[in-house]
Amino acid sequence: MTTSVTSGLTPVREVLANGTVVIVQETGFSPAVTINCAFRAGSLDEPDDLPGLAWFLGRVIDRGTSTRSADAIAEALDDRGVALRATVNRHAVILTCTCLSEDFDDILDVLADVARDPAFPPDQIEKRRAETITLIRQDQDNPAMRAAETLQQLLYGAAHPYGRPAKGTIDSVERVQREHLAAYHASRFAPATLSIAIVGDVRAERAAARVAQAFNGWSRSAGPSREVPPVPRHTSRQQVMIEMPDKPQSDIAYGFTSISRLDPAYCSHWVMNTILGQFGLGGRLADNIRERQGMAYYAFSSFDPSLGPGPLVIRAGVDPNNVQRAIEAIDAEVGALGRDGATEKELQETRQFLIGSIPRMLETNQSIATFLQTAEFFGLGLDYDRQLPALLRAVTLEDVRQAAAGVLDPSRASVAVAGPASARSASFGEASPAS
Amino acid sequence: MRSAVLDNGLKILIQELHTAPLVSVWCWYRVGSGDELPGRTGVSHWVEHMNFKGTTNIPRDEMKGIVERFGGSWNGYTWIDQTTYVETAGKDALDTLLFIEAERMAHGLYEPDECESERTVIISELQGGENDPDQLLDTEVTATAFRAHPYRHPTIGWINDLRSMSRDDLFGHYRRHYVPGNATLVVAGDVDADDVLRRADKHFAGIDGGPPPPRLRPAEPHQIGERRVLLEREGTTAYLKFAWHAPAAHHEDFFPMLVLDAALTGAKGLNIWSSFRGTPPQRRARLYTSLVERGLASSVAGSLLPTSEPFLYNVSLTAMEGVSLSSLEEAAVREIERVRAQGLTEEEVARAKRQLRARLVFDTDSVTNVAHQLGYFEIVAGPGYFDTLASRVRDVTAAQVADVAARRLAAEKRTVGWFRPAPSRVEGPLERKE
Repeated sequence: MTTSVTSGLTPVREVLANGTVVIVQETGFSPAVTINCAFRAGSLDEPDDLPGLAWFLGRVIDRGTSTRSADAIAEALDDRGVALRATVNRHAVILTCTCLSEDFDDILDVLADVARDPAFPPDQIEKRRAETITLIRQDQDNPAMRAAETLQQLLYGAAHPYGRPAKGTIDSVERVQREHLAAYHASRFAPATLSIAIVGDVRAERAAARVAQAFNGWSRSAGPSREVPPVPRHTSRQQVMIEMPDKPQSDIAYGFTSISRLDPAYCSHWVMNTILGQFGLGGRLADNIRERQGMAYYAFSSFDPSLGPGPLVIRAGVDPNNVQRAIEAIDAEVGALGRDGATEKELQETRQFLIGSIPRMLETNQSIATFLQTAEFFGLGLDYDRQLPALLRAVTLEDVRQAAAGVLDPSRASVAVAGPASARSASFGEASPAS
Repeated sequence: MRSAVLDNGLKILIQELHTAPLVSVWCWYRVGSGDELPGRTGVSHWVEHMNFKGTTNIPRDEMKGIVERFGGSWNGYTWIDQTTYVETAGKDALDTLLFIEAERMAHGLYEPDECESERTVIISELQGGENDPDQLLDTEVTATAFRAHPYRHPTIGWINDLRSMSRDDLFGHYRRHYVPGNATLVVAGDVDADDVLRRADKHFAGIDGGPPPPRLRPAEPHQIGERRVLLEREGTTAYLKFAWHAPAAHHEDFFPMLVLDAALTGAKGLNIWSSFRGTPPQRRARLYTSLVERGLASSVAGSLLPTSEPFLYNVSLTAMEGVSLSSLEEAAVREIERVRAQGLTEEEVARAKRQLRARLVFDTDSVTNVAHQLGYFEIVAGPGYFDTLASRVRDVTAAQVADVAARRLAAEKRTVGWFRPAPSRVEGPLERKE
């Protein structure tokens, strides 16, 4: 088979009788298939007093069902070289894997069983709990993670679902019980919250029929999903320093809340963020901090809009003695773009870059599956890859100026720095603590 | 696959793949940190950085933006045997990408100011890596496992060498190693092989070809006793690492060892470029069932990659919260000794081989990865090797696996590293809001 995606995607979408959406894209790159099952069941739907529940569920959902033991699932996956992954974000739990085409039927059956009927065996809960606590302890020793999680808290507040650490806290993980997992699964895992993308060396019609068979007879309804609570818009600057005395390098996380993915100004913001911190090595930020000042190996911004207003986050890792200088450089670039907007040349080259990069975004079966699931989740259309060029071409200099003005203002920035104490004195003008 | 050699010695590999309107161009040089002398460690990687900083015909400020015009991405990496540069972009970019690589091979600027500016960028890269205790431990274990061979120092170099090297050191290294006869150009994607050859000839044929520099690598003496390294620094988590001397890609032990690793820790495939893809299938793997499932470790990872000369086979473990390094090490050693004494079951070997067969397919899931694999194996193992991977895995027997385990994982041949976390020196709440 030599199915090609040289002129854009040609997915087939079907809604099963129980409400499950199936999207199939045939590709012929290699004899492999990617299966991506996305449930609308993210950390947003966790009880407020159990942060990390969705993440925990992702660790244990594939460790036993009513009819398959953890060992039997392990055997089925390992025998076929398949690594099943559960990723959890604010709005989705995604079970995904890639298998050989010849193993598609078997692996789909395992996946369907895991998704529909997890048993959450107590011994598996205890093992995965200990692992999760170890992972949280590792995060606590990771300056990049500490800065990023602290920034999320500053931006959204510790109680907001967007402000909580995805894995939860040691305290919350210690409190998770089997019934919490089962209740969460019962309320959010249902045919109508499931969208399955299948991409690879498989016939669309056959794949859809196999999915219908695997999920046959599953008919329950989901509980209501929670609305994204209001997101604060900060009017003043906040800065936090996290002391990690033995670390050689400080990590800076600097950011703002921005817009929802559904906002009509999405493409303007995408272009704006690319100019600020993506183009080339990392846009204007890397030009300044890495290329002109030689201060950091990485300096970039990322923009992660979701159902609610997602964050725009700037990251840089610098010598502890350069923290102040790096923050000043970020302030300068953020201030300039927010105040003056971009140049015509930047707009042209960024639009050309983003339009030209669409085939590259669809280079692997996995990236196609992710792209199709995003289009499905936000209702962007099956032909979104074909819509994108026109949407990007329509972005004007004034659109970019407005996007930048709406988000980028150093006097409203939230800043978290994790690293040795020398960074603290340099960056926040305080005396170093006695050692 | 088409293969050709220009008169100046440049080797060209072309794989037509008409599945997406993309082209991936990789230019490989047979030089890495294993070719560096004491005092100049890290020079290959620093040279890689400098080769993004302008050439005679691509001014510094235009280096960025050329590939982006075609929607492309670009990057490069350096490791012990190789330095490589990649662009993947819309297929219309082909000629431009070949022009960039020809410029990079022959006309790098190495302006003194740019060399200085990059010095601190690379020191920042090194220090960022040292924020990770596991990486810190890896550097120490590797340096302890080797006595003579230059694989002992980290690819990024030792900090004092990064502080003291000069622009002339960089430029001299560049001129010595960046000659056509020391390079392989790989092109994969929606291209016509004849067209690629014509264009490659246009851009590269005029580059003078000196002889490739000889590889001068002192052989590593046999290890005759266990070596240990202990790091104690502030941290939250304990890490344990084993390293054994591994067979080189061409050694007959390599594929049995690869199957052994798959059975111990799960099959990763053989693509270093995509090795960030996450956890391998390992739930039935020996060290997973004996250490992770028994609550002693929260993760286990094995690492065996094809290299030109014998490098290391690593097994890395993260101790579960509350588990001591000594009890974790004891359990790990017990399991390894069991494998050394009894070998693996036929079923385990069969599973490991099936995993590897699948992972070799997953390793080449894009034009970028296909081109990477062609170039990687050409550089570390030579022509023809890549095509034989699947059959060499298939031919491995349980007896061969038992034999390499018994011989190569012996106690006197290992290096053991501990990272033991020291309590935090920060008292009270860690965060201060201002």
